[in-house]
Amino acid sequence: MDIHEYQAKELFARSGIPILKGEVARSADEAEAIARRVGGPVVVKAQVHTGGRGKAGGVKYSKTPSEARENAEKILGMRIKDHVVQVVLVVEAADIAAEAYVGITHDRAARKAVVMVSSEGGIDIEEVAATNPDAILKEAIEPALGLTAGQARRLGFHLYGHDPMLAKTAAALLSKLADTFFENDCTLAEINPLIVTEGGELIALDAKISIDDNGLVRHKEIEQLRDLAAEDAADTKARDAGLAFHKLEGEVGCVVNGAGLAMSTLDAIEHFGGKAANFLDIGGSSNPEKVLTAMEIILRDPNVRVILFNIFGGITRCDDVARGLVQVFKSTEIGVPVVIRLTGTNEEEAREILGEVDVVTEPTMDGVIQRAIELGRG
Amino acid sequence: MAIFIDKNTKVLVQGITGRDGTFHTEQMVSYGGQVVAGVTPGKGGQEVHGVPVFNSVAEGVGATGANTSVIYVPAPFAADAIFEATLAGIGLVVCITEGVPINDMLKVYDFLRGRSTRLIGPNCPGAITPGECKVGIIPGTICESGSVGVVSRSGTLTYEVVHALTRGGFGQSTCVGIGGDPVAGTSFIDCLDAFERDEKTKAVAMIGEIGGDEEERAARFVAERMTKPVAAYIAGRAAPPGKRMGHAGAIISGGSGTAAAKVEALEAAGVSVAVLPSELPDLVRQMGVA
Repeated sequence: MDIHEYQAKELFARSGIPILKGEVARSADEAEAIARRVGGPVVVKAQVHTGGRGKAGGVKYSKTPSEARENAEKILGMRIKDHVVQVVLVVEAADIAAEAYVGITHDRAARKAVVMVSSEGGIDIEEVAATNPDAILKEAIEPALGLTAGQARRLGFHLYGHDPMLAKTAAALLSKLADTFFENDCTLAEINPLIVTEGGELIALDAKISIDDNGLVRHKEIEQLRDLAAEDAADTKARDAGLAFHKLEGEVGCVVNGAGLAMSTLDAIEHFGGKAANFLDIGGSSNPEKVLTAMEIILRDPNVRVILFNIFGGITRCDDVARGLVQVFKSTEIGVPVVIRLTGTNEEEAREILGEVDVVTEPTMDGVIQRAIELGRG
Repeated sequence: MAIFIDKNTKVLVQGITGRDGTFHTEQMVSYGGQVVAGVTPGKGGQEVHGVPVFNSVAEGVGATGANTSVIYVPAPFAADAIFEATLAGIGLVVCITEGVPINDMLKVYDFLRGRSTRLIGPNCPGAITPGECKVGIIPGTICESGSVGVVSRSGTLTYEVVHALTRGGFGQSTCVGIGGDPVAGTSFIDCLDAFERDEKTKAVAMIGEIGGDEEERAARFVAERMTKPVAAYIAGRAAPPGKRMGHAGAIISGGSGTAAAKVEALEAAGVSVAVLPSELPDLVRQMGVA
């Protein structure tokens, strides 16, 4: 789960990482009032879950409160890569003497978290890696030790070797960033740019944090930061029901149990010349309610011409899926053909249950997919 | 012969009194393996489907000689359950639990380095040696004893493939689900290596998916070290980049971890790669496995 810059900065501030004074606004009026409180020039920054805000015109320097108001008016409601800006951060402007990059993420192959710093900041780290790899230094964090003081110093001196005091301050900041990363179950904690001001202060000018979805259960306070307005209603509904769901562009709605089988179903649809409308894994446990919710989510999509069930019953009981489906038929006008393949635990009972309703059954995965594509074209 | 588990495996169930633990204990017992102990702190002295419950893994091991544990505890407690089993001297730990935080898994992986305990999972269906022993949740009814080793990052997709193999006349030596998380205890290579050494296994079916580079590493291992034929299937050819496809580890990020790259690496290593799961039995047949 991604959180916004202003929320990430709150987590930084809690760990003692210096940030600039600022507040969030949802209207131009609020933006002007905040600029007045801050005093002096401010920057108005769009709060959206995507990069490239600056290039899109979502970050604007504002000399006076009335300029802040004008800029907020322009930015609020702006669309940046499919994200509509609903909140701006109005933050004190800084005199920048130097910019660096610091970030922590997981290195999947090394099975460790890795701190990465670069003396070139303000630009994409992948770009630096490609054009100027010497600017980058990495330290892998030992899981049992955390970031050691020696590692933090080495990274600090890589960035500011010319100024030992500054290098040590950076080392302390990196230790705090590592604390933020582990205490909040982050998968990414990034400051880009980390700036040195004209006055020689080190400040996190931007902040980007992603939280491990699996870690959220122990961070209820972070779960509440989720920006429900920024996500699709179908995504929210799916998550609340414990379904893994992604909307896609095709016409074949899919309900599958298990992530691997769901991926495989999309692949096979493509192989046989169709296009899937979604990825949807109803999970391992058998629960008629989940089938109900899954159907509701899929039926919201006007592109869907047919609904395909591919169920391999292991823990999932085929009869439960069938019961869920019968409930849907009783309570909803479906309007598109439903094609179903049920194999495994209690498949005989499932077939009897499905006798009551108007569905097409096929015995194999390949068969049901071809049939669904055909009916979708129908 | 088989890999990791056989008729001598003595299973201890961690989280035996929970909903999943109870249900799958019954399944494992009825499959015919030796389920000798269960653990739920505070419920020592009870019984679940005839299996005695203990308060700690150490106590269960001491009383029954259990050598393998299977974990059904909730995600926030899974790492600790793995530590407990390992410290109690369990040689094989199978963690079924889904949703273990990645930072917990980094600690687990680091802790297990240099120890002799093997971890399978987390977020996996476990393993089964047909006719001998089942540890986890793979449905016993779809398996048959034979000579094809199966290793997979998935759950139900594994069942799909195993079912197809069984119907195609190919029984399995052992089926191992290594799990869909980015950090797992047992890799494809660990399983390929074990199947290569296992007398009963004549060929291997490997089921991978998008994300990470485990399949590419496995391809190198096959090219350099394996004499037995390997057939593969990779899920996620149609998956959009940047989206986690259900499994925590199944994501194409920054252009890496694509199905195309994995298929290419495997084919270059001489592995036959199926486009559909249903093609795997034919590929195995073409490899000359009776």
